[in-house]
Amino acid sequence: MERKVRILIAKPGLDGHDRGAKVVARALRDGGFEVVYTGLHQIPEQIVTAAIQEDVDAIGMSVLSGAHRHLFPRVLELLRQHQAQDIKVFGGGIIPEEDIPWLKTQGVQALFTPGTSTEDIITWVKENIKAK
Amino acid sequence: MDRDELHRIAEEKEDWRKNCLQRFLKQNPERLDRFSTVSDMEIGALYTPEEVGQLDYLRDIGFPGQYPYTRGVQASMYRGRLWTMRMFSGFGSAEDTNRRYKYLLSQGQTGLSVAFHYPTLMGYDSDSPRAQGEVGQCGVAIDTLKDMEILFDGIPLDQVTTSMTINPPAAILLAMYIAVAEKQGVSKKEIGGTIQNDMLKEFTAQKTFMLPPRPSLRLIVDTVEYCTKEVPRWNTISISGYHIREAGSTAVQELAFTLADGIGYVQACLERGLMVDDFSPRFSFFFNSHIDFFEEIAKFRAARRLWAKIMRDRFQARNPKSWMLRFHTQTAGCSLTAQQPYNNVVRTAFEALAAVLGGTQSLHTNSLDEVYAVPTEKAATIALRTQQIIAEETGVAHTIDPLAGSYFIESLTNKMEEEALKYITKIDELGGIIRAIELGYPQQEIANAAYAYQKDLEKKEKSVVGVNKYQADEAQSIEYLKINPEVERRQVARIQQVRRNRNNPRVRSSLDDLRKAAQGSENLMDPILASVKEYATLQEICDVFREVFGVYRDPGMF
Repeated sequence: MERKVRILIAKPGLDGHDRGAKVVARALRDGGFEVVYTGLHQIPEQIVTAAIQEDVDAIGMSVLSGAHRHLFPRVLELLRQHQAQDIKVFGGGIIPEEDIPWLKTQGVQALFTPGTSTEDIITWVKENIKAK
Repeated sequence: MDRDELHRIAEEKEDWRKNCLQRFLKQNPERLDRFSTVSDMEIGALYTPEEVGQLDYLRDIGFPGQYPYTRGVQASMYRGRLWTMRMFSGFGSAEDTNRRYKYLLSQGQTGLSVAFHYPTLMGYDSDSPRAQGEVGQCGVAIDTLKDMEILFDGIPLDQVTTSMTINPPAAILLAMYIAVAEKQGVSKKEIGGTIQNDMLKEFTAQKTFMLPPRPSLRLIVDTVEYCTKEVPRWNTISISGYHIREAGSTAVQELAFTLADGIGYVQACLERGLMVDDFSPRFSFFFNSHIDFFEEIAKFRAARRLWAKIMRDRFQARNPKSWMLRFHTQTAGCSLTAQQPYNNVVRTAFEALAAVLGGTQSLHTNSLDEVYAVPTEKAATIALRTQQIIAEETGVAHTIDPLAGSYFIESLTNKMEEEALKYITKIDELGGIIRAIELGYPQQEIANAAYAYQKDLEKKEKSVVGVNKYQADEAQSIEYLKINPEVERRQVARIQQVRRNRNNPRVRSSLDDLRKAAQGSENLMDPILASVKEYATLQEICDVFREVFGVYRDPGMF
């Protein structure tokens, strides 16, 4: 039986706005993926540890606090340090359009900003994230 | 209306339906299979006296300033005094925010409202590793009394009231405010304002939590007990539905869970031995004003009536002030869009109008750039002007509760009350709101409602202009506020300087006293005040609480 794609949905930082993260987590689960949700207030170290422990194929991070330029690169750096850079990182939240190209140069695969449909996120995961 | 008249109307309505409407519909079908509010409550085509047949004017609608307060809590409402125009505001450093407060006051706002940055909200200092990247971003950085002094510099605290959106460290910020006022020569008997101080909704909605539920409640009851004696003009809790709604609940759930939280607070204070008529008059509420116009107006009216009944009948309060639901409103952040942001001015205007027609005591109007960042001065000004135009030009404030008597509004008000009561009863059956929260009941209801709405949007069963209908080809870019990274560097330098310059042995001893008090059952406000006055940092005080009471971890339900 083919292994299902496993996704970790993570909320890094102090921001507590989890409506989007929860909706995406549930949509991905209904879309046929296995989803683990970290809950709130995670530091990057906790996210990476969870991602490795849960053996996920991708991490989806939701950030609304403006700290995205710190948090995304930090998670990517930690993944590299742990030789886990095959785990892909995507995300969403309140991310200014002009920061998106820079975040992509840092290794973020995709960013889903306000107004994105969950169907589009499901499609993107199907096409871009492969089970190990 | 007597039974015969109602019966005749019912008959005539059936006749109209069969002979007039049905014929018309054959050639002209309705636009939708089902008409519903943004909360998915079905709305009928037509409301007549039949829909409100059981309504008794004197019992159910009554007069403003009198039980059951359906028409408003003050006898003359806006004819006597307009709602307070209280713009939620805060970003960067205390100096940045002080400037914005002075600006907004000069432009006619009539009350202050403080937005703190995430480290402060969560009980961390600006130089905590957890604060990296977050300093000054979502609100103003307040680490010690020093920042608070700068925040209110040149603002006379005997002449303005201040609402502070702060939850786990609410007691600490209140202590700082009291200390700043004292330095201005204004006693705590004279200051007026509000602390949000509503932890129950943090666990279900806003998620700025620190301590577990029961110790959180202890701190809240301590502040209520203290203020009841020492700070009589202070609203001790702003029992909030705003965040519950923003998290995705329906309007009925917002109403029900808010009042259920209120019931929880009354019970907690009674358990402490406080008298209901001593503390209830200073409980206040905070609701969302979302985009479905009539649903919101009905919600506000139902809220007043339902709370009055709860306080009088369930808690046997005797002071009419205990029965009055006074509330602040914020227009719905979650209704605003990143796409075509100028449309947000229109949404906020309609939502503000609903709040006024619903009889709010105080109002914040969102800015058009809310989805992007903390508001620019220009965007905040338009939001303030929105309120002023409603007040000065539209005429809606000339008369009290103008929509009373509308068959639709009264029917919807009744429905909101009935539906909310079902949830409140369910929570009672579960064992009360704290038990319900431990079981995850409100959290699951909210998550389910949020998910259902998202799916409806994607199926185009609900429309949002610019997002799933009338999309623009090109993105409309607007200027928005960016917080300078210097803010974080300067704030870190400042807190380190405060730590160097204060009397550290006295700080340590005040924190020791605080720890002992926390381990016992003494009211924590005086020890907190003592620490605050020694320039203990917010996190130093919070760490004492974490040590004594433990920390709450998000169960991560979805």
